Amino acid sequence: MVVKVLTGNHAAAYGAKLAKVNFISAYPITPQTSIIEKLAEFVDSGDLNAKFVRVESEHSAMAAVIGAAAVGARAFTATSAQGLFYMYEMIWWAAGARLPIVMGVVTRAIAPPWSIWTDHADFLALRDSGWILLFARDAQEVLDTVIQAYRIAEDEEVMLPVAVGWDAFIASHTAESVDIPSQEVIDEYLPAKKEFAHMLDVEHPFSLGNLAFPDNYMEFRWLIDKSMNAAREVILKADKEYGNIVGRSYGGLVEEYKCADADVVVFMMGAASGDGMDAVDELRDEGYNVGLCRIRAVRPFPIEEVRKISQRVKAGVVIDRDVSFGFGGILAGEIKAALYNTDKKPPIFNIIAGLGGRDIDVRIVKQAVINAYRFIEECKEPKELEWMGLRQEVLIL
Amino acid sequence: MDGFKTRGVNFMSKLVELFSKEEYILKGNASCPGCGAALLLRYVLKALGKKTILVIPACCTSVIAGPYPKTCFNIPVMHIAFAASAATASGIAEALEIVNKKDVNVVVWAGDGGTVDIGLQGLSGAAERGHNMFYICYDNEAYMNTGIQRSGSTPIGAWTTTTPGGNTTPKKDLPSIMIAHRIPYIATGSPAYPQDLVMKIRKAKKIEGFKYIHLHSPCPPGWRFDASKTIEVARLAVLAGVWVLYEVENGVFRLTGPSRKLIGKSKRKPVREYLKLQGRFKHLTNEQIDVIQQMVDDKWERIKSYIK
Repeated sequence: MVVKVLTGNHAAAYGAKLAKVNFISAYPITPQTSIIEKLAEFVDSGDLNAKFVRVESEHSAMAAVIGAAAVGARAFTATSAQGLFYMYEMIWWAAGARLPIVMGVVTRAIAPPWSIWTDHADFLALRDSGWILLFARDAQEVLDTVIQAYRIAEDEEVMLPVAVGWDAFIASHTAESVDIPSQEVIDEYLPAKKEFAHMLDVEHPFSLGNLAFPDNYMEFRWLIDKSMNAAREVILKADKEYGNIVGRSYGGLVEEYKCADADVVVFMMGAASGDGMDAVDELRDEGYNVGLCRIRAVRPFPIEEVRKISQRVKAGVVIDRDVSFGFGGILAGEIKAALYNTDKKPPIFNIIAGLGGRDIDVRIVKQAVINAYRFIEECKEPKELEWMGLRQEVLIL
Repeated sequence: MDGFKTRGVNFMSKLVELFSKEEYILKGNASCPGCGAALLLRYVLKALGKKTILVIPACCTSVIAGPYPKTCFNIPVMHIAFAASAATASGIAEALEIVNKKDVNVVVWAGDGGTVDIGLQGLSGAAERGHNMFYICYDNEAYMNTGIQRSGSTPIGAWTTTTPGGNTTPKKDLPSIMIAHRIPYIATGSPAYPQDLVMKIRKAKKIEGFKYIHLHSPCPPGWRFDASKTIEVARLAVLAGVWVLYEVENGVFRLTGPSRKLIGKSKRKPVREYLKLQGRFKHLTNEQIDVIQQMVDDKWERIKSYIK
């Protein structure tokens, strides 16, 4: 094991290298680009034995990794925002074709207006695509999750692509000390990619993706759903075994922080959860029994985990770095849906914050929690949705 | 078969030698009667052989293949989204090298819409990167699978459902765009001249790098002619000089097959004879046909300059 000071993006490149990816295709976009620059260096120096196809668009990047994975390569790509949307058609194709591709998504707000800074609108647009969606908090978790992602994607019960998300700049370009596991350790954790039944092979002719009439299509979708549900156990196991072999694990589909005795739990995803944890510590010092549940997996969604936590608390606060216009935060919607058919559901307060790279700081999290407590104590009608950190002086213009 | 008879037994035995007996697109496929594309694909696959992976974007062949769980192909086939064929094949071609599977032909088989319109960016990128693969366009000169809508490859004057008064712009000359990419091999082909086509594919198989083949693919329902006339239409296209058989090997342009003898205008049949076989051109006036004839003659003047 070596400790290096790495950005989140370089950590992703080291993760892909340790996973021994042998096919990379990508198109430049800020803030993703430094991942593929680093991978290009690895390939160029011979440190990584892989083909690197420098395509003319993200649509082609995803098409190329689909082709490569279909003949048995371990394929990696990465993108952000507009690039993700440009490849969107092929994203669904990768899942439908059941190819275990891993993609880094450095989350960036969608234009217009142009923005290169983080929010989660791009990542969450993958929600229904059939990809497993994991979100990392910092550079270390990015490296570890990219490696775990191949274990999960290539599991026979799963055979679905995995997107690993992390926040633009806050995680992607902030240098932190990162433990880099040795290749021997990762080789023990992640076996070489096996051949699979629907691989394209001239010795075993097979048609992948041909027309399915209404009497067959639905079963393909049911099978994806089945695998997605099976992926819950696989994600947990992949994280646990990573802990056993490499020495770090994150809790599986969620990471719980001081949730055990909490009255109020904050649900968050991504880099700002770090500020959320600081807020929890400060609030606890001030006498509030607060915990934080960091969402690591958006698909499959941690339904059971969210239910278990919610049964114990008096209120939940969901801080969404995204918005579904005319509805509210996307994570809040998912969490509420997970709780609807349970007997004991706490009120859920939904905060929209941090869009387009605006800070989600400790104050925002604290304020959101204190508002929830005020509701509990005063039994007021819950304010279901609140945008925090809006600048009135901009709106007046 | 009159062309074969006059040339005698030796030629026939040579033909038998040229065409593999193996079938890679099987009987009972879902092509229309008289489909030019299915004929072309049969010849192409015979020339390519068993060690071939086909990449097919949305096009008539997505349907010809037959619905799950059946397929008319006995080689591996990757069906892929409309604009994605060239990039997918480039991924396959590069990945096969890294997983140590050599001597496999990676072949895109795409229609004209998937090639000259929605797939052009991906095609250009793949060609420029120089992957070891084939890109074969079967050009039926409109979006036939969706019901005869105009593409960038629809010839001037042609009726389609989106050009009910006739197409007003000339056909995009995609092989010339590919020539500008300076790839090692470019060729055209026609189902009326299968030996020319098979020899080109067999030659291209031995060439490392990006190979582009553009095939004339008469479509009875789309072009409005009887399904028994496919070869006649294809042959007249060549003999009238509307469709030119050639290859460009390492930048050197060479006419092939009957096109070799059609440089002089007097050697070519009038374009009118080709047009009058097809209902899609029946509304054309004499003046419009003269304009099309002039465009064909101008094209041959350009071809003369390539050969000099």
